[in-house]
Amino acid sequence: MAADTDSQGRPIVVVTGIGVITSLGQGVADNWGALAAGRSGLKRITRFPLDGLRTTVAGSIDFVPLEEFSTPALSEAIAAGAIEEAVAMAAVGSKGAFPGPLFLALPPVELEWPQRRALAAASGAEGAIGYPDLLRAAAGGGFVATYERFLFASVGETLAERFGTRGVPIEVSTACASGATAIQLGIEAIRRGETDVALAAGTDSSVNVEALIRFSLLSALSTRNDPPAAAARPFSKDRDGFVMAEGAGALVLESLAHARARGATILGVLEGCGEHADSFHRTRSSPDGKPIIACMNRAIADAGLAPGQIGYVNAHGTGTPENDKMEWQCLAAVFGAAAGALPVSSNKSMIGHTLSAAGAIEAVFTLLSLRNGLLPPTINYDIPDPALPIDCVPNVARPADVAHALSNSFGFGGQNVSLVLGREPA
Amino acid sequence: MPAERDAVITGIGLVSSLGEGGAAHLTALRADDFHPVIDTASFPPYPLHPLPPIEFDRQIPKRGDQRQMETWQRLGTYAAGLALDQAGVKGQPALLERMDMIVAAGGGERDPAADAAILTDLPGAADPESLLNRRLLSDLRPTLFLAQLSNLLAGNVSIVHGVVGGSRSFMGEEAAGADAVRVAVARIAAGQGELFLVGGAYAPTRPEVLLHYEMAGQLWKRPWAPIWARQDAGGGMVLGTVGCFLVIESRAHAAARGAAAMATIDRVVTDRCRRRPGDATAIAARQVAALEGHFDPAATAVISAASGAAAPTAEERAWLAGLGLPVRAAATALGHTIEPSFPAALALAALSVHAGRLFPPLEAGEAPMDGPLRQALVTGWGHWRGESLGLVTAA
Repeated sequence: MAADTDSQGRPIVVVTGIGVITSLGQGVADNWGALAAGRSGLKRITRFPLDGLRTTVAGSIDFVPLEEFSTPALSEAIAAGAIEEAVAMAAVGSKGAFPGPLFLALPPVELEWPQRRALAAASGAEGAIGYPDLLRAAAGGGFVATYERFLFASVGETLAERFGTRGVPIEVSTACASGATAIQLGIEAIRRGETDVALAAGTDSSVNVEALIRFSLLSALSTRNDPPAAAARPFSKDRDGFVMAEGAGALVLESLAHARARGATILGVLEGCGEHADSFHRTRSSPDGKPIIACMNRAIADAGLAPGQIGYVNAHGTGTPENDKMEWQCLAAVFGAAAGALPVSSNKSMIGHTLSAAGAIEAVFTLLSLRNGLLPPTINYDIPDPALPIDCVPNVARPADVAHALSNSFGFGGQNVSLVLGREPA
Repeated sequence: MPAERDAVITGIGLVSSLGEGGAAHLTALRADDFHPVIDTASFPPYPLHPLPPIEFDRQIPKRGDQRQMETWQRLGTYAAGLALDQAGVKGQPALLERMDMIVAAGGGERDPAADAAILTDLPGAADPESLLNRRLLSDLRPTLFLAQLSNLLAGNVSIVHGVVGGSRSFMGEEAAGADAVRVAVARIAAGQGELFLVGGAYAPTRPEVLLHYEMAGQLWKRPWAPIWARQDAGGGMVLGTVGCFLVIESRAHAAARGAAAMATIDRVVTDRCRRRPGDATAIAARQVAALEGHFDPAATAVISAASGAAAPTAEERAWLAGLGLPVRAAATALGHTIEPSFPAALALAALSVHAGRLFPPLEAGEAPMDGPLRQALVTGWGHWRGESLGLVTAA
């Protein structure tokens, strides 16, 4: 039997449970079926009126019932769904008593318009309404639940309470790399012997009108609204932006020794992680790509591998003109002449960009790709971009026997994280 | 016993209403009759500890960068620069390339005038939802999104100071600040990093910030009073403005590059509970029991990051009374500062043990300490959730 430690003498970290919810559906089985079939979960937004909006498509989750809609409420509900699936699969601990900490990627929290309007209404003010009126209404009572809902700690605390995770849940934000950062924190905690088991999850449900307009004003979103399923076009020459989407992914991380001792089914290995921040610009990558190249190289080195041993890349692949170009250039730098023959696909072509959750969801999908020997396609790849001679697994899933894969996540604010996942312990 | 993988503090960047830098804070705290700096005029009836005068150009030379940040990001980026300067890391690409950053971040600043104008027009609109769309499209400033985004304080520290080894932002109010330090110390101990920049910033002189806590009736609305005295009149938080970053590195790493260690962070532990009466006390008792033998009560004080919020502050006061050590409430001096409240209390603790004596009581309810100070416990009980305890020792 192979050792329980890696080439650097650290505990090997494996995955023993996964759970996922996206616009494609709830659960690993439905999501994988849709991904393998190359189906899109993107659709026309129905959650709010679309008057005046240039972007009318998103990967929203509208099948989870909520008492009162808000981003934290839906983030919490879908995270709970994904965690429940992952914990049940791992069969670790007992119900309501998960034997490790929670690392949770989630979107920043702020009061939303329905709540702000409720305060305005409660103020009784007529004519001009300002923050003094809202403050007066708040002081009048009746808003304690709103206060709790919109604390940054609210979602994590509720999940920690529900699943009985240990200690303070760590809520992390590295923008679109958050989900990968949560996994990285879990890997590190297990490697340093702080815990045998950890729960890493990412969740995002930012499809509200203000968030959509914010991204729209940054010219980040696709405006190719019709048909919605064709809006996300990573690597295609006519790509024009990402599509906002909601979802949650959860992984039960465990030391190999602990998983073996309890006879757990090992779904895959988190072989390495790497990060490197960018100091160039708030929303753009360094033109030389050095931070992203360093990020990927660090992850591959952390896994004790050479670039030639990576057989598949689950791309960040947002479908913005700049991201995809930069990601390809960096892949070409890391993988050299072999880059063009390396399969690189973007789940975002089907599920959209799940923002804070993307790193966790796409890690789940990468594990499934390795495990099932099938690479999900990049759909909507209709017009190859001559500047990006990439094998993006165009339009149709491809059987492949892959032992090691790289999953990339790059965030606004220059926060880049890459993970290396393996099929089975070495 | 000093060990190579101890986490030591080699730089403190602290900015508050009391001024900037460790020396300015110690000087202010040692004044015979300490008075905080309080702004009662901006948001009556809420007293606040305001932003001090700052020449942001000194740490953020590009005006274009300053314009891309809301006050908390600007303040944090400035404080980070102070910490990097003191630690001798500023402008050292070889160190910055592998420096890991953990920021405790809030965010979410609004444009109050835009919000007010929209709220004013909504009730009379024929189609309010349509109006909301149109007004958001015309009134939202694209730059504000990034200026208030949680992970963009870290992003700005990378851009302005070149810290790029790693970048993570923790959210979750007070506990995020304590966990940021805890994780850095744990990674140093395990060899998962040598050099860290840890901290955060908070700037509450904004109506939407006050609104959030007012929804729970958490704010003190009478003339300013110190933390413990405030409890006798029902308690409440007085929010404060703080930027606080610490350069934390392994003892071996600091020694190898000739950096002076001010204090050792022996331990940081964090936990949570549902806050039934006595829950937090039970956690704190376990946390301090685990430190038994690691500190000398005769030369140890407590820097409490108590928020002022009624229930947890009353419970912490009772627990601290049982502990029997001299206590100083950091928020009496700085105001309560949410995410950076624990790092800032830790900074005051480190400055104090480095100086070898505790500053005088900040109010009648705090006992004087005449003897030498070698160690300090730092408590961080969140105003809603999270109980944290740290121990620092003079290096």
